[in-house]
Amino acid sequence: MATETATTAEVAGNTEDTPAVTYAARVEHVSKSFPAPGTSGGQQLVLDDITLDVAPGEFVTLLGASGCGKSTLLNLVAGLDRPTAGSIGTDGRPALMFQEHALFPWLTAGKNVELALRLRGVAKAERRQEAERLLDLVRLQGAYGKRVHELSGGMRQRVALARALAQESRLLLMDEPFAALDAITRDVLHDELTRIWRETGLSVLFVTHNVREAVRLAQRVVLLSSRPGRIARQWTVGLPHPRRLEDTAVAELSVEITEELRGEIRRHGRH
Amino acid sequence: MAGTDNGVDVETGIKSGITGDSAPAVAKPQDANDLAGLEAGLDALDSVHVARTSLRETLLRKTLPPVIAVALVLVLWQLLVWAEVAPEYKLASPSDVWGEAREAWFQGTLLDYIWTSVSRGLLGFLMALAIGTPLGLLVARVGFVRAAIGPILSGLQSLPSVAWVPPAVIWLGLNDSMMYAVILLGAVPSVANGLVAGIDQIPPLFLRAGRTLGATGLREAWHIVMPGALPGYLAGLKQGWAFSWRSLMAAEIIASSPDLGVGLGQLLENGRNNSSMAQVFLAILLILLVGIAIDLLIFSPLERRVLRGRGLLVTR
Ligand SMILES: Nc1ncnc2c1ncn2[C@@H]1O[C@H](COP(=O)(O)OP(=O)(O)OP(=O)(O)O)[C@@H](O)[C@H]1O
Ligand SMILES: [Mg+2]
Repeated sequence: MATETATTAEVAGNTEDTPAVTYAARVEHVSKSFPAPGTSGGQQLVLDDITLDVAPGEFVTLLGASGCGKSTLLNLVAGLDRPTAGSIGTDGRPALMFQEHALFPWLTAGKNVELALRLRGVAKAERRQEAERLLDLVRLQGAYGKRVHELSGGMRQRVALARALAQESRLLLMDEPFAALDAITRDVLHDELTRIWRETGLSVLFVTHNVREAVRLAQRVVLLSSRPGRIARQWTVGLPHPRRLEDTAVAELSVEITEELRGEIRRHGRH
Repeated sequence: MAGTDNGVDVETGIKSGITGDSAPAVAKPQDANDLAGLEAGLDALDSVHVARTSLRETLLRKTLPPVIAVALVLVLWQLLVWAEVAPEYKLASPSDVWGEAREAWFQGTLLDYIWTSVSRGLLGFLMALAIGTPLGLLVARVGFVRAAIGPILSGLQSLPSVAWVPPAVIWLGLNDSMMYAVILLGAVPSVANGLVAGIDQIPPLFLRAGRTLGATGLREAWHIVMPGALPGYLAGLKQGWAFSWRSLMAAEIIASSPDLGVGLGQLLENGRNNSSMAQVFLAILLILLVGIAIDLLIFSPLERRVLRGRGLLVTR
């Protein structure tokens, strides 16, 4: 779990080579505005004063209604965009998985993984073997030479996961990676992700708008409010793994969080 | 607990009722083999199997129709000759043209004509490639360059390159470099514009994915941008070749000189000067055939390979 030991002085540098990094990601008072559509010069505040730590090895899900700024926050942590205010520190460059698989169609599954290895600086001789090991890890032994379009949706996301793991980042960011999959495949991938997370000791920041998915996977669920996105509430989920979607404990907590989420959404109807 | 300092309500811990100790009695531990088996089943159900067509089928469906079309044209041509719609010096018969070709073949000059033009065309095209590719990359990726020369480059595409022949002759004289200059002016804009269009059509998702993998600068250009733009780039190359070939023929017809060697363009011009309609027809046919052959032998297979590899080729 997150520890409260880091003093501000220690974190001030926020550089990757600081020896004792006590977080995988640290988001401090981050706000983000976009130019508002229609008005000239107007700004639309999407994220407002977000402060959030992801501890090393922690699995955090970020939950919120559609359009509340989850992807925006994840892009900021990934370094694809800059915050309007506040600061973000991560322990090395994070890996990012998108809702769409984002595999390169001009490469085979194996070569997609190898590209990540290559860009990380892995020597040519080791790439093939390492790529096969990663494909093994997501249980896709035979898929090395397969073209992306020859794979099913679930297989594509698993290759994308293998490619993200190939980056050897300590933090894996996932933006609704399973949202487009059917229920059974998604359920299987939940188990796989949990297994891999426990085997590798990665930190995961997982975005979803599916409450049960959030509860099934996470050690901590963070609820974002909408317009502007603020951290509304957090829950620590102490349930042991393996968890199932049907578990009563998962269901109970999901009901509670859903109530809260509905309340958040209803608040917008009033004014 | 992290984040307690942000002034937002933070709930820590969870009702003990939901934590571990009340793990429900629902059938739960799913062993790893079971999961692997389930996954294997899902994969098998969901994978796409791409079947390839047999050689015989390809011959029947791809080769036969054009052969029939060519045969029909020949028959029609012969009929027109028999009907004497035009005097012989205006309309050569297929057999005259065939005789002309045989004669040139036995003199050993036929392949020379073709090679003179094709080698010029291909060399010029390769130079256009070497110039057009970095140019296209620059125009697509650097805002200032795009604003500065992007419109000019698209405009140049619609300028018939034959317009460049007179100034090229004046600047460079009647020699090979003038030919190459005309080819370049015709083909470089197509190659560059094709690449620009290809790059513009790369889904932004790929660029973002590349960036999270650590591809920036030249490595991004090499690993993400160029392969992503390949379909558009190939279309540009194809058009670039067509433009090269056309400009070259224009240059050869207009600027003939004894020390340039006889290419297909000169063959055509010589035929006109000798009032040999058979030779004129032969030259036109050869120019057409070379254009088709290059497309069929180089560009079409390349394009098909690229599209099939990406699952973009719909086989009917
Ligand atoms: N590049 C941008 N320019 C302008 N506005 C943007 C931009 N990106 C996002 N927004 C706005 O920010 C808000 C949050 O978008 P974001 O994609 O982060 O939501 P989300 O929580 O991921 O939603 P979803 O669940 O639908 O994916 C939206 O109102 C969107 O219109
Ligand atoms: Mg989103």
